[in-house]
Amino acid sequence: MTEIPGTIAGATIEGPAGPARGYWSNVLRRLRRDRVAVVCIVILALILLAAIFAPLVAPGDPFRTSMLRRLRPIGTPGFPLGTDELGRDMLTRLVFGGRLSLFTGIVPVINAFVIGTFLGVFAGFSGGRTNMAIMRTIDVFYAFPSVLLAIAISGALGAGIFNSIVSLTIVFVPPIARVAESVTTQVRNLDFVDAARASGAGAFTIIRVHILGNVLGPVFVYATGLVSVSMILASGLSFLGLGTKPPEAEWGLMLNTLRTAIYAQPVVAALPGAMIFTVSICFNLFSDGLRSAMDVKL
Amino acid sequence: MTPLVRIEDLRVRFRTAERTVHAVNGVDLSLMPGEVVGLLGESGSGKSVTLKALLRLLPEARTTMSGRMAVAGQDVMALGGSALRAYRGSVVSMIFQEPMLAFDPVFTIGEQIAEAVRRHENADRTAARARALEMLDRVRIPSAKRRLDAYPHEMSGGMRQRAMIALALACRPKLLLADEPTTALDATVQIQILLLLRELQKEFGMGVIFVTHDIGVAVEVSDRLAVMYAGRIVERGSARDLIRAAAHPYPRGLLASTVHGAMRGRRLDAIPGAPPDLAKVPDGCAFAPRCRFADAECVSRRPDIVRIDAGHEAECRRLDAVAASAEG
Repeated sequence: MTEIPGTIAGATIEGPAGPARGYWSNVLRRLRRDRVAVVCIVILALILLAAIFAPLVAPGDPFRTSMLRRLRPIGTPGFPLGTDELGRDMLTRLVFGGRLSLFTGIVPVINAFVIGTFLGVFAGFSGGRTNMAIMRTIDVFYAFPSVLLAIAISGALGAGIFNSIVSLTIVFVPPIARVAESVTTQVRNLDFVDAARASGAGAFTIIRVHILGNVLGPVFVYATGLVSVSMILASGLSFLGLGTKPPEAEWGLMLNTLRTAIYAQPVVAALPGAMIFTVSICFNLFSDGLRSAMDVKL
Repeated sequence: MTPLVRIEDLRVRFRTAERTVHAVNGVDLSLMPGEVVGLLGESGSGKSVTLKALLRLLPEARTTMSGRMAVAGQDVMALGGSALRAYRGSVVSMIFQEPMLAFDPVFTIGEQIAEAVRRHENADRTAARARALEMLDRVRIPSAKRRLDAYPHEMSGGMRQRAMIALALACRPKLLLADEPTTALDATVQIQILLLLRELQKEFGMGVIFVTHDIGVAVEVSDRLAVMYAGRIVERGSARDLIRAAAHPYPRGLLASTVHGAMRGRRLDAIPGAPPDLAKVPDGCAFAPRCRFADAECVSRRPDIVRIDAGHEAECRRLDAVAASAEG
């Protein structure tokens, strides 16, 4: 239990104390040994970099249409991934589409991470009626299926990227707050919180140091897993016309506009879906790897 | 000399939705500076609750406390806010039973000790870390410099308890509360920790209240012993008084039920029955239902405290009968 498999090779001979390394360098070392996680990180990094530097990476203009070269197959000279229903270069649009898709995937989760952690820790630490009030309110949101809730809020706020981010944030606050609340409730009854109080720590110090120190890890891992859900929901909103508006490139929206071509060019039409699938599965596997790498307590 | 700790008629009740538990029912205890008192008793006798009450660690919403507690001239009951935070850790600190749980798993030992130091003394990061290192050396942790950056799970149970002691003593408290600090350790490590505690206690001149259910351990570390039963101290005296000449039937029963000195192949003399339900305080002696000397009055009226020797007292009406049975 005390000896992590990874430490044997790097352990110094002096004493059984184990290497005195920082927590994060230990996490990193364990993560590096997880081949699946490494592959996922590499794929995600490539996609992210391509999206950030889209104008440099993409071969063409994402908005240049041509009625003459509509729905070309994969491997057409000049258009390695074919063209869409308006003759725009698929590769270019996929690279540019990554910007919005990743943005709408990650930003709501970051927002929800901050708000949800705050609410959950506050509720968990206060306990009693405050906890009841916050958590039961959150349960109301939690009771709706996430897709329905996102559609309902987006529908009420109107289409647009900003509104879809707001609606997705609202969707993700409840699950994150619940994780934060349950970990907080567990932690605040442990001896080390009493020990900290016994050595004179006030409520603020206990929350800042001991509660957050223990809550952030699990919540972060959970939130990483939510990025894939967020991307899928954001794509779904775009697909329904509630998120990004044409002619903007976004994977969900592309999937929507290309669905008419599903018989003519099935492979090209499926490409945006494949991107969504790849990125979300990579986030999920990475979050799994992170979970086991961060578990000091095992 | 004025006593370091003076507890008078401490009563603690816990309320839950279903019932009220009378955990401590009138404890009087005083402690001189530099003295070690062992609080002895079985689970649920109120010994840990008494300790936590001294630090005001009991959950306030569900606890009712009454009585008087003074530590180093401060009225513990009246403390609040920043005065309470200053009191905890620098006047009184505590060692917990399970050192694995008493350390935060996500911070290193050094960080946790340094944090406590910085809280009470106007020390910067480097100075606090230096103090943490000094404390780890003080509690004889080998290669202390490296352990400073170790996480609690990277240490053995004995090491962790040493580190816990280092944490508790980092701000030089006048009073140390030890809540069964050796219960979770194996026998060989127990002795080392006890010797260390005793040594540090002399060195720092602290008062120590040592809670345990192990008579052997209590005798090893304590100058005086107090035996608790059902939230009251039933007998108190020097360690020698209690071991040689326990007067109250409960401590006598405890001594008879230890393995030391028992004949091989004979059954141990256990105390019959079980501790009382603390949902209500009995009118008479709480031990009466399990006591073979008890009579009707024992059950109906609380016995007075009988002084046996200087500093040796027991709360029992039938001391003569108990003593007579030992001779016969």
